Amino acid sequence: MSDDSHIRIRDLNLFYDDAQVLKDVSVSIHSLHVTAIIGASGCGKTSLLKCINRLAELAPRARVTGEVIVGNQDIYARGVDVTAVRKRIGLIAQKPTPLPMSIFENVAYGPRIYGMGSKKKLRETVERCLKTVGLWDEVKARLKDPAGRLSIGQQQRLCLARGLAVEPEVLLFDEPTSSLDPNSALRIERAIVELKSNYTCVVVTHNLVQARRIADHVLFMSDGKLVEHGAADAMFDSPREAQTQAYIMDESL
Amino acid sequence: MTRRKLLDRLLKVTSAASMGVVVAALAAILWTIISKGAKSLNWSLITQVPKGDFYTGGGGGIANAILGSIYLGIGATLLALAIGLPTVLYLRTYADRSRFASVVRGLLDVLWGVPSIVFGAFGFTLMIYLGMRASLLAGIITVAMFELPIMIRAMDLVMRMVPHELDEVSYGLGATRCETAIKVIARQAIPGIVTGALLAFGRGIGDAASVLFTAGFTDRIPESLTQPAATLPLAIFFQMGTPFKEVQDRAYGAALVLVMIVLVTSVASRVLSARLGRYVV
Repeated sequence: MSDDSHIRIRDLNLFYDDAQVLKDVSVSIHSLHVTAIIGASGCGKTSLLKCINRLAELAPRARVTGEVIVGNQDIYARGVDVTAVRKRIGLIAQKPTPLPMSIFENVAYGPRIYGMGSKKKLRETVERCLKTVGLWDEVKARLKDPAGRLSIGQQQRLCLARGLAVEPEVLLFDEPTSSLDPNSALRIERAIVELKSNYTCVVVTHNLVQARRIADHVLFMSDGKLVEHGAADAMFDSPREAQTQAYIMDESL
Repeated sequence: MTRRKLLDRLLKVTSAASMGVVVAALAAILWTIISKGAKSLNWSLITQVPKGDFYTGGGGGIANAILGSIYLGIGATLLALAIGLPTVLYLRTYADRSRFASVVRGLLDVLWGVPSIVFGAFGFTLMIYLGMRASLLAGIITVAMFELPIMIRAMDLVMRMVPHELDEVSYGLGATRCETAIKVIARQAIPGIVTGALLAFGRGIGDAASVLFTAGFTDRIPESLTQPAATLPLAIFFQMGTPFKEVQDRAYGAALVLVMIVLVTSVASRVLSARLGRYVV
């Protein structure tokens, strides 16, 4: 395994009741790169993503086996503080989901829980995170407004800022642009590319053009199994597996 | 006219007629109370306690019952809220989608259908067992038991509509279940919490049977939880039972006061819900 891997997944299985959603997935995810997970709907790409910050187990009767090692910690080891794991590994959901509070409070939600700093520090954190996602100038005059009043594109950038505010080391994106207009989608894409200099990013997408634009590495999944993974250019130009080839051909039409 | 159009017309007519019956009944009730009660409603009725010969047509007012009812209604609603809110938060956050939750909901529905006189009888038994006398406190506990299933059902309904994406966002940021319940779920459901609490208050303050044996009745304004308390429903009942017309009229005056309290509560609930619901997504 290469030295720059940030997340190492070994023999990961996920079950809902008797249905097996992930089958023996083993892969390393590189530090400070963008890794895209591609595959047809229902292939388990979102499930894999949610296993990386232990959100998958929230579903009723979900069961996870295997190892996910982030940094030096097996996040599924006995006695691990789940909330600390989730703080280290942020997830930006498919559907922009503001919390029922003001714009400011949305970003401050995480830091407040962890008591991260004084009031002044909190204001600075909120401002810095909103600036990182390019939302500050649009909302600085109405930080007390309900977050639900922002446009969908703004809401998604707010969600990203909220995720950044707890100072994670990994950012997981679950089809972050699928409910956005092309312009907003582009802004999120640009943000992801900029963020990879400080964060390890994993992006689930069904949009191969997007994966090509932003990803350094690609995982291709099918039916709960990891079929193939590698550098993005190599995967798109000369996939090894016939299944990958077929999927990329189909989607590119 | 075709058969389908005829049926359509028939449904429209019957629906409209039914609505007419409801509106007419409401108007008739309000008209009766206002026309009979308004003339006996004056300043001394709502500020004075009954004088010695009040129930035979003498002077005084129903301040004892008004204040007794308000104390009792507020006390019972706060007590029910203190038990009900954690219950619905538990059902929504910890026991979410579990078998246990559906059993609890089923039992609460049964409790919801129990007549208030049964709560009154149970409260009476409990009171005797604990060696208490009929008092404001015993009334508050009994009415709170009666209000609890009403309140929980109303709040639970709204809690269950809170989207699960919100939980996931909160957990994803490293929040615990408790933090999620209080800071996110309760916030999103706050209009429902307010409505549930005030609905229960309205039902509790208007109920006679649950306070009949437990709160007692007195001409004095209660000064502590251990003293008996008069209530408006019982004041209406006692005055209506006299053979004197002016006393009966004052019963309608008391009914008018009760209706106004419930009306103010329900308007306040709407205004408050709208204000507090500003941040709901």
